[in-house]
Amino acid sequence: MNTGRTSRIALGLWTLGTVLFLYVPLFVVARISFTTSNSISWPATGWTVSWWKEAWVTEGPRQALIRSCIVALTATGIALVLGTFAAFAMQRFVFFGKNAVSFLMVLPISLPGIVTGLALQNTFSRTIDLGLFSFRIGFGFHSLVVAHATFCVVVAYNNVIARLRRSSPFLLEASADLGADGTQTFRYVTFPLIRSALAAGGILAFALSFDEIIVTTFTAGSGYLTLPQWIFANFARPKKPVVVNVVATFVMAVSVPLAYLAQRLSDGE
Amino acid sequence: MCAVHRVGQRLERAPVVTQTTVNEDSGGQPARRSLRTASRFARSHPRLGLTTLLSPPVAWMLVIYIGSLILLVVSALFALDPISQKPTSNLTVDNVVDALTNISALTLFVQTVGTAALVTTICVAISLPTAFFIAKIAPAWIRRGLMVSMLLPLWAGYMVKTYAWRTMVSPGGGSEFAAEGRGSGGFLQSVIGWTPGFSWVSVVIALTYLWLPYMMLPIYAGLERLPSTLIEASGDLGAHAWTTFRSVIFPLLLPSIAAGSIFTFSLSLGDYILPRLVVDGRRRVMFGELINTTLGAPNQPLAAAYTLFPAVTIVVYLFAMKRAGAFENL
Repeated sequence: MNTGRTSRIALGLWTLGTVLFLYVPLFVVARISFTTSNSISWPATGWTVSWWKEAWVTEGPRQALIRSCIVALTATGIALVLGTFAAFAMQRFVFFGKNAVSFLMVLPISLPGIVTGLALQNTFSRTIDLGLFSFRIGFGFHSLVVAHATFCVVVAYNNVIARLRRSSPFLLEASADLGADGTQTFRYVTFPLIRSALAAGGILAFALSFDEIIVTTFTAGSGYLTLPQWIFANFARPKKPVVVNVVATFVMAVSVPLAYLAQRLSDGE
Repeated sequence: MCAVHRVGQRLERAPVVTQTTVNEDSGGQPARRSLRTASRFARSHPRLGLTTLLSPPVAWMLVIYIGSLILLVVSALFALDPISQKPTSNLTVDNVVDALTNISALTLFVQTVGTAALVTTICVAISLPTAFFIAKIAPAWIRRGLMVSMLLPLWAGYMVKTYAWRTMVSPGGGSEFAAEGRGSGGFLQSVIGWTPGFSWVSVVIALTYLWLPYMMLPIYAGLERLPSTLIEASGDLGAHAWTTFRSVIFPLLLPSIAAGSIFTFSLSLGDYILPRLVVDGRRRVMFGELINTTLGAPNQPLAAAYTLFPAVTIVVYLFAMKRAGAFENL
């Protein structure tokens, strides 16, 4: 590349600036979680793990963490099944309304969270009369799972279909030529092919669900607090502000390595 | 209602399909044999395979998601009982008319669209040079590491990052920033001596921070596909760096930018949590806050009418971006 030396250095510095912009706020939150004072002001004073101990013994964040994990795991499971089905249908068949289906998959994640949230809240709170029987979905764990699964499907779908597109269609024919039936082809060819894409999609869906707050606030009902909601409910409570930093740092420390793993997996191991 | 019912029946059929697939690994000999028969049957009837695969996800999306969106639009048409504050069964277009003729709501919405557009523009402005450096200038051995470092913060958590910006821009003085010896404020105040404080500027900065990776990734992918020889050819033909950028690189990157903007624009447009953390006081800066307070008023029908603003905007935007080739670059 014949870019001038000055512009190369300028672009390099710009990139460095971007990296700093992305990481300084995260570093600040993490550093303050070890402060000795009871305030989240900068510069942080001293080093101690007492806030970490405090957060560990507090009931609120631990319960919220467990709830977030259960919701995210269940929603991810549903999203993986639905997303994989859709990906196979879209990859292997040509049919009327194919564009509409791809639009349908992206819609829950592209519409603002507040629209999705309000729409689902409205549905869940209503008594739905189907003529033969009527029911009300209501709020709690199940409504959260349904809501989260809906916007997680696209992540699983994208990962699986990307892998299917990259893999050779002749593999299936080769498998059939070698005498394998449909089940065997799935078990020995197709499934190993998409395994790492499923894992990557699963991790991303988990992270998406674990992290979500807007749709969550609308569909969780009152008593069911997830971890992001716990942070939101506690950020302004002046009693123990540093505990929020501890929880935030913990979330980063767990999710960032997971995201890295997902990246490696979706690249194909 | 009839259509909903029909789809509902399809949904009831769906779990059976799911179970068949799950049993595949655990089934014994007879189960496997019947499965084999089933798979042979499916192969000779490809349309059946398509229906089996497609109906569970499509039914889920149609019944739960599209159904809810339709119900939301319908719920905007119910009159509110002035005494009980609950929606009645009387149909009216008053809520929609109210929402459309409320000048302050319209102003707030235009301002919110402006904020989302500004955030998108800043994300493009930050991403273009950075992604260009990573894709075309940085040595190969740090390329991957740099790109991963751009994407990792995406997963640090929305709430964590929003909270982080509260710490960054805080002007100090609040009880949680109680002065204890040194330091009485947020990071920016202490380190560079200036902070936008709890204001609209902070909303723009924090939203840019949150959604920047979504713009960075497609632009980087677009640049990676762009052959370096094109840029060299442009230079050889005597074009300045700026001319090369304007007439070669930028037009070819437009679909990538469109793809990234779906996230930066849409995610910014509906946000109402972030302004509560980085703006103090009663001033509303985002439309989502208005929807949320209207809902809590409680006036569910009016809130539903308000959500039509961002919903319609985004659907129109999605169609426009699809035309721009964004979906192939997601």
